[in-house]
Amino acid sequence: MPSLRIPTPLRTYTNGQSEVALGGRTVSEAMSDLVAQYPNLKQHIFNGQGSLRPFVNLFLGEENVKDLGGLDTPLEENDRMLLIPSIAGGSN
Amino acid sequence: MPLELSHSEILRYSRHLLIPEVGLSGQRKLKAASALIIGTGGLGSPVSLYLAAAGVGRIGLVDYDVVDFSNLQRQVIHATSGLGSLKVESARDRMLDINPDIRVDTYNEPFTSDNAVRIAQDYDILIDGTDNFATRYLTNDLCVLLGKPNVYGSIYRFDGQVSVFDARYGPCYRCLFPEPPPPGLVPSCAEGGVLGVLPGTIGTIQATEALKILLGIGEPLIGRLLLYNALDMSFDFVKLRKNPQCKVCGLDPEVTELIDYEEFCGVPGYDLEKGSVGGDWDITAEQLADKLEHGDQIRLLDVREPHELEISHLDGATVIPLGQLAARLSELDSAEEMVVLCKSGTRSARALELLVSAGFRKVKNLEGGINAWAEEIDPSLPIY
Repeated sequence: MPSLRIPTPLRTYTNGQSEVALGGRTVSEAMSDLVAQYPNLKQHIFNGQGSLRPFVNLFLGEENVKDLGGLDTPLEENDRMLLIPSIAGGSN
Repeated sequence: MPLELSHSEILRYSRHLLIPEVGLSGQRKLKAASALIIGTGGLGSPVSLYLAAAGVGRIGLVDYDVVDFSNLQRQVIHATSGLGSLKVESARDRMLDINPDIRVDTYNEPFTSDNAVRIAQDYDILIDGTDNFATRYLTNDLCVLLGKPNVYGSIYRFDGQVSVFDARYGPCYRCLFPEPPPPGLVPSCAEGGVLGVLPGTIGTIQATEALKILLGIGEPLIGRLLLYNALDMSFDFVKLRKNPQCKVCGLDPEVTELIDYEEFCGVPGYDLEKGSVGGDWDITAEQLADKLEHGDQIRLLDVREPHELEISHLDGATVIPLGQLAARLSELDSAEEMVVLCKSGTRSARALELLVSAGFRKVKNLEGGINAWAEEIDPSLPIY
């Protein structure tokens, strides 16, 4: 199954899971499975129109899915995705 | 024009001079180079220590804060003996103690659209060690507009990100994150916490990248983003590409001069940092204590995380962490008078917004949070 790596700021919404296995043959299907498993995550990743929010990026391997086929990008059995949100900490 | 090194400098930098990629010519380049470090906190500490030790000839420090007790867990350039002093001065003194042969210029002022060009224009490279989105977007846009490299680092709890944004040769921060999250959605380190050594790991990687760029050696992190997780001890790299639609470095940029970054980042009219909402929505610790003493029926709603309750809590408070509040509104009664609290008033202000938008009207935000209560009403509670 394809997997998705969850960064610490969003692990609050995945019961602390750092890596989740997702069903689906496309990125879009995998994301539907993700928000079905963890409904509280939805508002942090997607806007009302169902597209990724501008401060969250989804990578498949090393590539941003925006640079591939977007949410329609097909997934292979062993694909690994990364969710990358903007974080601001550094000074205080 | 590279400068000559004195005998004492040759001895000081001998371990650099032994590396063929640096050598005497590289060390002269560092002496002639300049770097501006935005923020003298968690990331700025290792960056400024190592750039000073490495002999970068002129280093600028921008910050307007003073050294606080809660900084010392990670801001290793500052010391207990420097509590209360200006961060830029505390850092400068330490850097010159390490290396009196360099020059350190301090800017004890907030970094804003009004002063950023004046401060930054004469530096070769900028290093982003800030703690908020407004200054990050400002630093990014400034570097794009001035054509300078921006060594970016950011941290939260156990996660770190590092990249080098140089729009002349690759993407910028806005290509990756076109817009910041709404205020309050992503907690700051002051609210969410950070492992003390994390900025050390990320800051030293930033310092490494800065030195490589100033020396002109190796492969800089341009077009790549490093993602570090300390819990898993994992380093992941992803590729970043220039976004042709980027509003500042794209083909048809909208942003051609510095803008109002507080407005862009939606920094609200009220002061989240001070933990107050403004208007009639705040209640001070003293006012709350009076009301409770008079026997007023008030529901206390604590929106902190469960592990924070071990540090301090108010008896009888209902606990619903902010992240669960939207889903658990049905547990609350909008007819009741309610006071929302957190550590210092930031998360409770966010909770208050959520409650008000859900139709709650008899709600107030405990200004300054449980820390203010500990300071003004109940000194038996610790401040954290």
